[in-house]
Amino acid sequence: MHGLINRAIQRFVVDSYGADTWVEVARIANLGFVEFESMLTYDDDLTPTVLDSVSFVLDRGRDEVMEDIGTYLVSHPNVEALRRLLRFSGVDFVEFLHSLDDLPDRARLAVSDLKLPRIELQDHAPGQFSLICQSEIEGYGHVMMGVLRAMADDYGVLAVLEHEGSGEGIETISISLIETEFAEGRSFELGARTL
Amino acid sequence: MTGDERLTRTLDVLCPMHILLSDTGEVIHAGPTVQKLRPDTPLEGKKFLDIFDLKRPRAITTMDHLRESAGTKLHLQLRDEPQTEIKGVLMPAPAEGQSIVNLSFGISVVDAVTDYALTSADFAATDLTVEMLYLVEAKSAAMDASRKLNLRLKGAMIAAEEQAFTDTLTGLKNRRAMDHVLARHVEWGTRFGLMQVDLDWFKAVNDTLGHAAGDYVLQTVARIMVEETRESDTVARVGGDEFVIILPYAHGTEALEGIGQRIIDQLSRPITYQGEVCKISASIGMAFHEPQSPQTVAEIMDNADVALYASKANGRATQTLYDPALRNRAMPALDRDSNDFERQS
Repeated sequence: MHGLINRAIQRFVVDSYGADTWVEVARIANLGFVEFESMLTYDDDLTPTVLDSVSFVLDRGRDEVMEDIGTYLVSHPNVEALRRLLRFSGVDFVEFLHSLDDLPDRARLAVSDLKLPRIELQDHAPGQFSLICQSEIEGYGHVMMGVLRAMADDYGVLAVLEHEGSGEGIETISISLIETEFAEGRSFELGARTL
Repeated sequence: MTGDERLTRTLDVLCPMHILLSDTGEVIHAGPTVQKLRPDTPLEGKKFLDIFDLKRPRAITTMDHLRESAGTKLHLQLRDEPQTEIKGVLMPAPAEGQSIVNLSFGISVVDAVTDYALTSADFAATDLTVEMLYLVEAKSAAMDASRKLNLRLKGAMIAAEEQAFTDTLTGLKNRRAMDHVLARHVEWGTRFGLMQVDLDWFKAVNDTLGHAAGDYVLQTVARIMVEETRESDTVARVGGDEFVIILPYAHGTEALEGIGQRIIDQLSRPITYQGEVCKISASIGMAFHEPQSPQTVAEIMDNADVALYASKANGRATQTLYDPALRNRAMPALDRDSNDFERQS
């Protein structure tokens, strides 16, 4: 698993619950180290172990933790770079949704060995979508739920999201747009800052 | 709707950075993104060449000249602040005498989007600018992560090197490792023998056959010393051509001298490197550490050094066991501390 993914989990725990909590997670997961390196590759088995340990230490369900990670990735100021990169994909939320199919390719443009799970958006009716997530990591759909919730907020859109369950490594999320101009949303300028 | 209006409406979407010019060079219409460059002053009615300084092609000062350069790449710069550099190309418009200039930021886009607070909506849907900006940000984020990793790895490498116990050229232990081993044996009260081994004529090999030959000789020497000693012994390279062998539980002078003599015999055989014969030998000084004695590591090392010095003085390829009497023999001709026998040979 790419270090960026493991590192994201680490930063989520550190930024939300403090460094001590993360040290505890690393100990319970038997990592043998505390810091994940963004630009190194780790054993695939490590990631589910770490996620289970986070869930254990926080005493919260794994799905809940996964969704919080997704929300964290888009909304926490420490990972603003990621939110900005996501905002490049679309002028409005619907365009953003339609660009999700390209997400793994976009990620690969930035970091050539980063392989994100395949996702596919299906269009049912105006404002009605479902997102099919195909991932080896169980609960990836919940991460995407968190990402979508936070992005809807970012675009100022009111959307109802529902995790419709999983099977054979495939998770489905239903997305209903209630109002496209619900709130102001956060501004996005192409050159607002340099990283 | 007039023909002009239809045209500019289309162009506003297809090329939001276009300008429609009259035959006298005044702006009839500026696309929405161009107007964003000067939000406080309407561009319509102004002369194109008053807004922009034409850098290339040079020496164009009139609209007629500009029209003649239709189809070629124009290098422009806004005359007042911020003086953004802009690329452009001009072509005749459908209406007689009018021209259309389409503009682009080129490489200055990264600064321009900040200076003018541009958003995705300011670029045509087919324009790759937004993708390029995405890449710029993504790459700098990735580079930043890589740079941090490199810094950490470099720090770890320096730390590892400082803590290393191995001489990288020969694979033998280094001086640091030797200090540890010696200190441990003294602490445990082990009786051990110590050999200081100095190569004879090594400098000549290095000087005449080059460093590659020298390195090869050192590696061969290291292999021989490891072969001629026991597994419990420690062979360390402590200087360019200086070695130390620690032989714990060494029983008696004879055993020690047996090992020393075999090493001298083996090292005195010519070593062939790429067809060239390298001839060296070794001088050895030996000393014992007696558990009951209060000797320090430095004193034992010095004893072996005195013995080595005697071997060198005795004509090389010899070994000498330390004897306090050696210290009394004054040899003013050679300065032991300089340890510079090669140059005098």
